[in-house]
Amino acid sequence: MNESLRNILTVGKRELSGYFNSPVAYVFIVIFLSLNGFFTFMLGNLLERGEANLDAFLMWHPWLYLFLVPAAGMRLWSEERRVGTLELLLTMPIAAWEAIVGKFLACWVFIALALGLTFPVIFTVGYLGHPDYGTILTGYLGSFLLAGTYLSVTVMTSALTRNQVISFILSVVVCFLLIFAGWQPVTGLLVQWAPEWLVNIVSSLSVMPHFTTFSHGVIDLRAFAFFGSVITFCLFANSVILRGLRGA
Amino acid sequence: MIVVEHLSKDFGPKRAVNDVSFTVQKGEILGFLGPNGAGKSTTMRMLTGFIPPTVGRVTIGGFDVAEDPISAKRLIGYLPESAPCYSDMTVHGFLNFAAEIRGIHGVKREQAIQTAVGLCFLEGVLHQSVDTLSKGYRHRTCLAQAIIHDPEVLILDEPTDGLDPNQKHEIRLLLKRFGQNKAIIFSTHILEEVDAVCSRAIIIDRGRVVANGTPAELRARHKLAGTVALKTHGVAGESIKSRLSTLGVVGRVETEGTGSHVLVRVFPRDKSVNSELAKAVAQLAAREGWSFEDLRTEEGRLDEVFRSITLPDTVKPSE
Repeated sequence: MNESLRNILTVGKRELSGYFNSPVAYVFIVIFLSLNGFFTFMLGNLLERGEANLDAFLMWHPWLYLFLVPAAGMRLWSEERRVGTLELLLTMPIAAWEAIVGKFLACWVFIALALGLTFPVIFTVGYLGHPDYGTILTGYLGSFLLAGTYLSVTVMTSALTRNQVISFILSVVVCFLLIFAGWQPVTGLLVQWAPEWLVNIVSSLSVMPHFTTFSHGVIDLRAFAFFGSVITFCLFANSVILRGLRGA
Repeated sequence: MIVVEHLSKDFGPKRAVNDVSFTVQKGEILGFLGPNGAGKSTTMRMLTGFIPPTVGRVTIGGFDVAEDPISAKRLIGYLPESAPCYSDMTVHGFLNFAAEIRGIHGVKREQAIQTAVGLCFLEGVLHQSVDTLSKGYRHRTCLAQAIIHDPEVLILDEPTDGLDPNQKHEIRLLLKRFGQNKAIIFSTHILEEVDAVCSRAIIIDRGRVVANGTPAELRARHKLAGTVALKTHGVAGESIKSRLSTLGVVGRVETEGTGSHVLVRVFPRDKSVNSELAKAVAQLAAREGWSFEDLRTEEGRLDEVFRSITLPDTVKPSE
């Protein structure tokens, strides 16, 4: 097995076991599932809509993830910094990027697991009518990518501070901007003074249009490229932050 | 094994480590001494590649830490200052992680864990969460992590900090044993430890190396090192003084106390006669029929040497 891959797996495995060795994993999963159920059935009225699709389920995910993903990932680096294990980890014979990717993947897998546990909703729509299972699959894929995108932001902000609360808040704010970047009031704020190209860039940063293409059953390469580049950028920024920490 | 050349580190405008150079060979145990904030931990962090130096170069086993960090880090076992451990794991889980990331696989891994656990006396807490351990156990868990891959270089930042006297003793024995075929650097501010364990010691103060030598050499820098102390009673100090001054090897004689008990300090003429001084004094005392309680050669006290070269106003130029 490739050396880097093995290091990533080792770090990832440790991180993942960290979730399950503490109540964090169980609390997170229970809350994630309860909130999903509440939003889908009580606010989204899945049962009364008369539509056999997951719109009432997926439409809440950008908002649910906005708080839950930072909650799951806020400790990834800040805890290492607070306890001092950062020094241990970075003096092991591994590259910093391997540790970053390992941590990111571990948390992503954990969130994917929680997302996977929402499977009864698929049976529900299957019972209600004849849903398009392809659309359901792309919807889940979009949700998974969205979670990964938020998570990359969280991993990055958690390296900025040894305080988990600050890490959480920073992450929520950045993810919030990622949602609202394309929203009219935000672009309206820019339109008055900023050049058009800037407005275009900011509005194209929004995760929402890319997420909705997936939930409408479309696999758009541009959406993949968007999520992929945000994740890559954030993880790269993470490595820069870590280097800065060690240099200072 | 360890070559440090002109290492310096700036934190903003403050120079934390200033032009530190030394080498450690295989089979050597180097004690790293200095007051708090002298730059010990910063130096160790640079040796292990955790922080890059502002100036200078560190080579571990021939690998430049800045250019080939992974190869260098493979050779190092490192115990950071506060002995951090992943608190959400069990001792076994933590050591398993350390072994795995060090590339120890299969049956060898369990063997390595068992060996490290045995050496650090962790058998009783192997399946306990690190969270619930006392400070001493946590410290030894982190130490076990550092030795799990039987590294050629051990860098230990205060390895006996927070341990009880028995545990300190065990760790010192362990270090001595490891010292036979490894290059070891450890920092401490317990001076007896230097005597007990080190083959060489470096004293660092405000980022600079102010002394570098064997514990005996460092002790010899004490102002009383090499003098002979003679405790007499029933003899007048002045007459002892005048008789001793006639000896060729004696440079200067001081007396302390009056009345029946007198402490006489005899300084050698120069360092070359240190070994003959005690004998000459004893012979004279016997010839003169002085009754004395104690006669010994002062070896010098490390703590006073340490104080005299690290106190701000009494810093002597380093060699």
